[in-house]
Amino acid sequence: MSQNDRHINFALMRQYILDHQDACDGVGATSGKKYWRSLEELADSPAFRELVQREYPQQAENWDDPIERRTFLKLMGASLALAGLSGCVYQPPEKVVPYVKQPEEVVPSQALFFATAFSLGGVATPLLVRSNEGRPTKVEGNPDHPNNRPNANVPGSSATDIFSQASVLTLYDPDRSPTSLYRDDPRPWSAFVDAIRGTLDDQRGKQGAGLRFLTETISSPTLVAQLKAILVEFPQAKWHQYEAINNDNARAGAVMALGQPAKVIYDFSKADRVLSLDSDFLAAMPGMLRYARDFADKRRMTQGRRDMNRLYVIETTPSNTGAMADHCWRLRPSELAVFAQLLANRLGVRGSSADAGSIASWTGLDTRWIDAVVRDLQAHKGSTIVLAGREASPIVHALAHAMNDLLGNVGKTVFYSDPLEGDSVDQRQSLQELVNDIDGGRVEILVMLGGNPVYTTPADLKLDKNRLFKVSKLRVHLSMFRDETSELCHWHIPETHYLEAWSDARSFDGTATIVQPLIEPLYQSKSPHEFLAVFTARFDQKGYDIVRDYWRAHGGAGAQGTNAQGTQAARATSRTGGSPLATQSNVIEPLPSPAPDFENAWRKWVHDGFIPNTALQTKTFSPRSDWSNQLQQAGSQPQSRTSQIEIVFRGDPSIYDGRFANNGWLQELPKPLTKLTWDNVGLISPNTARSLGITITIGKDGGDFFVDELKVDYRGSSIFVPAWIMPGHPDNVITLHLGYGRRLAGRVGNGHGFNAYDLRWADSPWFGTDAQVAKGATRPTLAGSQLHFNMEDHNFSREDRDIVRSQSLADYLAGKPEGEQPPGRDVTLYPNYDYENQGNGLNYAWGMAIDLNNCIGCNACTIACQAENNIPVVGKDEVARSREMHWIRVDTYFKGDNASNPEATEFMPVPCMHCENAPCEPVCPVHATVHSAEGLNDMVYNRCVGTKYCSNNCPYKVRRFNFFLYQDWDTPTYQLMRNPDVTVRSRGVMEKCTYCVQRIQGAKIQAEIEGRKVRDGEIVTACQAVCPTNVIVFGDINDPNSRVSQIKAEQRNYSLLAELNTRPRTTYLSRVRNPNPEIVPAVSTTETPSHGD
Amino acid sequence: MPQIFHHSTNALARATIFGAVFILLAVLWVTVEITRSSWNTGQWVEREQPVQFSHKHHVGDDGIDCRYCHTSVETAAFAGIPPTETCMNCHKQIWAESPYLEPVRASFQTGMPIEWMRVHDLPDYAYFNHSIHVNKGVGCSTCHGRVDQMPITYQASSLQMEWCLECHRNPERFVRPKDKVFDMEWRAENRSKEDLQQGRRWVGEYHIQPPNVLTSCSTCHR
Repeated sequence: MSQNDRHINFALMRQYILDHQDACDGVGATSGKKYWRSLEELADSPAFRELVQREYPQQAENWDDPIERRTFLKLMGASLALAGLSGCVYQPPEKVVPYVKQPEEVVPSQALFFATAFSLGGVATPLLVRSNEGRPTKVEGNPDHPNNRPNANVPGSSATDIFSQASVLTLYDPDRSPTSLYRDDPRPWSAFVDAIRGTLDDQRGKQGAGLRFLTETISSPTLVAQLKAILVEFPQAKWHQYEAINNDNARAGAVMALGQPAKVIYDFSKADRVLSLDSDFLAAMPGMLRYARDFADKRRMTQGRRDMNRLYVIETTPSNTGAMADHCWRLRPSELAVFAQLLANRLGVRGSSADAGSIASWTGLDTRWIDAVVRDLQAHKGSTIVLAGREASPIVHALAHAMNDLLGNVGKTVFYSDPLEGDSVDQRQSLQELVNDIDGGRVEILVMLGGNPVYTTPADLKLDKNRLFKVSKLRVHLSMFRDETSELCHWHIPETHYLEAWSDARSFDGTATIVQPLIEPLYQSKSPHEFLAVFTARFDQKGYDIVRDYWRAHGGAGAQGTNAQGTQAARATSRTGGSPLATQSNVIEPLPSPAPDFENAWRKWVHDGFIPNTALQTKTFSPRSDWSNQLQQAGSQPQSRTSQIEIVFRGDPSIYDGRFANNGWLQELPKPLTKLTWDNVGLISPNTARSLGITITIGKDGGDFFVDELKVDYRGSSIFVPAWIMPGHPDNVITLHLGYGRRLAGRVGNGHGFNAYDLRWADSPWFGTDAQVAKGATRPTLAGSQLHFNMEDHNFSREDRDIVRSQSLADYLAGKPEGEQPPGRDVTLYPNYDYENQGNGLNYAWGMAIDLNNCIGCNACTIACQAENNIPVVGKDEVARSREMHWIRVDTYFKGDNASNPEATEFMPVPCMHCENAPCEPVCPVHATVHSAEGLNDMVYNRCVGTKYCSNNCPYKVRRFNFFLYQDWDTPTYQLMRNPDVTVRSRGVMEKCTYCVQRIQGAKIQAEIEGRKVRDGEIVTACQAVCPTNVIVFGDINDPNSRVSQIKAEQRNYSLLAELNTRPRTTYLSRVRNPNPEIVPAVSTTETPSHGD
Repeated sequence: MPQIFHHSTNALARATIFGAVFILLAVLWVTVEITRSSWNTGQWVEREQPVQFSHKHHVGDDGIDCRYCHTSVETAAFAGIPPTETCMNCHKQIWAESPYLEPVRASFQTGMPIEWMRVHDLPDYAYFNHSIHVNKGVGCSTCHGRVDQMPITYQASSLQMEWCLECHRNPERFVRPKDKVFDMEWRAENRSKEDLQQGRRWVGEYHIQPPNVLTSCSTCHR
């Protein structure tokens, strides 16, 4: 049939299509599914089949409103009559308000970017924040910061994580505390200053013996100097640090092996083999953005690269890093140290002894793979990394240090430096000392800077009401929200958001990073610097002056020396903190005369966002000679696998330790592996679930899961948690995520999930043994996106649509790449668009390529898109109805037919495909979705009448409908947050990924004004900008030299559901895994069914 | 039983049925006229402003360039409303005591901005960019009319989408030489054959996008 015929002869056309269908039906059927997203899908349960048949459960009508039918009809009649009138909106007169004196550089309608930094756990993420007319609206990474740009020859990365992306929402959170409170009564700041000054005068006589400070991990040099200065003035006062997610184990491991606390910095760009001992270094570790980027660059199989790194992961609960692994073994927490010993022993670490035979006997594991791993590591001496996770026990860290030493990695891929924190302490012990002092009645004034210790402290060292009330005179809490801790304090002082106040912090490698405000404080809040100034003689000093004065005194490279000195001095007297530091007079240096060009330097630092050459100096630590004795003492006796359940505690992947509980973007972000939202659960393995009789029932709406409840008994307390069956989870282990069960988080965060801190004990904060788990009585409902937008063929004619594709490196090199397109069937009744001759000589055709090989499933793209495109939050009920609005979703697929131990876990970001033959376009009755001349699939909100035909016809299910007025149009602070370049959608309108058309048009206009073509890489979509591993590439596919064209030319390139002939503009590059050929099967199994009960 | 309706009612009924068509058309026509009327579009409506500012005086009489006040018109989406400071540049010296300028002086002294009434107010879902139009030879007066003849500023065009598309479909009808963009007296439209020929030449010269690109929805709606 010729090109011309088919537009004319419909009979021919029909015959042609039918022939093709028959042919495909015969070929496509395969046995069993290669990839699956949920256990229901793997089991092919009737409920799942029904869900796929329903296909669009989100559109099912919900009769939740018990309104009478007659009333409903009456209202409907009236609404219909009025519907026509609603279109007649008279545009209200608007005012236009210019400046009185226009600030330099400010041009209304043009965004400005300012360098600043977001700190979490004391580690700064350098940022460049967009300001629209003085309102911070979007966070990007600072590409000039040394963290993001290793040298001047490479373009910097603008990657960030979900927490910094979502921090904008917290800035505008209407639940933030607006004013100082004394016993819940609003008071002015001056009243607080008076109160403190009065109390301090009492303390002065006692040298501050009753004064205690409790902070989180602090790396801000200025804040540390301030605290130390206060401790000079009050020598008997103490400063304690405690944060729920801390580095105690890593610190203890370093002390064990190296004799002192040390920070480890890894260079993944030189690592060919990586062994992770329960370390989620790609998703939950300081420096993860840099690590993920370097790691991904070593396995980017484009431009003819033929080698890649190999990642071995041994973990106790499934993580993103485990999903990226070429070989992943899951162990029970109590076995991790034993295995680390065994590995170390095979590598030749002295003192580590473990009998492989006995391990094999009690775990039932095939230990041959250990030898293979050891051989592989030894073959790459000097270019491997062994790293232990924050949660792993100190001995694992110590063994990792020893293994790196033996493998010759130190100084090549592994570097040591002094700790990042201003004062490195064992936080558990620091908290213990504070609690002892409080219990002993020695604390009169407790000042808590940030954090929420009442909520986050472990069960045995809980700062609960009884204990806190022993602090008789004054309890003060500085925090952004009036939370559980503020409630028990005399004074609650609102804290500034980082976008509102001057500060500084250290990034993961120690580079001093300036935190610059973008907006005046929205409320009467104070920064920690201004707050601490109250305790000094200069109690009304401004934050800007404090930070600037510090750097004037310590300017430039000197800052490094000072910090190291201070740290070491602190260490000399105490490892544990809380000790009087005032004896170190050298900490407080007399202000040297400022450098003459300080002003210039300062301006440059503020502009760039960092102070150059302040990264921590690498140090050489030699392992202590006697450290292996400790190993013997620690002697991990293999405990046989019993029926006792072990507990794993983890920070929540999206709300961390609970501090982001009131952030709707993070709450609604599907967690990377479970895809649950708005709740935490107890993760258990399929085998454990079977033995406990736990089931999950999927509801009618596709997002509602009815699960069994678990009663978890541990050390005398018990809580009820919803159960979730996690493929690949180790048997007889339950994973509990911290951060939920908040009582006073705010209107968004209150009452979701359970509080896992109730079960957490200070002596083993991350793992617990001897827990009892039993099935509870009730069936809680969870909301998750695991089954949403399933691309399953609802006819089930083809079992496997080959959505995710993956291959081993050997297969790839052997010329068997996954990704070849099925034979083209370009059959369409519509004329093709001509992108080659747009009549302007530019002929842009925008397209995107997503390299699945490096997607670590961090979800940053989803949040970045939400921030850039004004995407609303819908709430748990609506997520349960499959109605979340994310324009780009990250699907998680498991591979293989063994739910207990999936062969692999794959992530797949799915934005709009911008198809050439877009199925959504012809079905729209009002032309609300149309093709643009440059191949974009435009969505015109104002034409949309909400038929939803387009989304019903979209095989990728990327269209999102505003079933209700999800967008908050009323809260004034949220109005400040919106991106002015993107329409704020209303109810009844379809929306979807636009390829960030506002950025495309912005770049095109700029290029046109300058009389040139848009440069390759000039347009960066929000998801592309934020991606730590550069998975997403966007550009002009008509330009053969553009990066996106080159990537699309790779053999691994494939279109999603190509058999439907939609000809998507977004294409994928299949994943390449690099399994060790000595280990067969590719990803071996560790779990044997016999351990199920 | 006597007839209820008189015989003549038949004629009335016929006329009604026949007239319904015209009535419907009339209703449609009225609706369209109302939609296009200045009552709806705000065209020609002179807005009362906090300061009796006359473009006629400043542009027409004094010959001040548009860009003296609307500074960002060539570089940004928004042309820019001058800050009070700009007014005071001159009015510190001339008309420094004028009672008309009291709000300006008050603003300068107190730091409270002058709240002007917006004359050209596009709907929020249309993303108009001044810089690209000005840089492609679309003159100020093409959209804003003879501002130099407006004592009180009004909206010279309907600003409806059909009006935008008139130019986006046929840019040659409205384009002018780049150096005449700020010329108030340049012809509003290229009507004659020669003018249109010139227009087509400028369209090529300035590399103005073809109608298929200019009328793609995402060109203006995002």
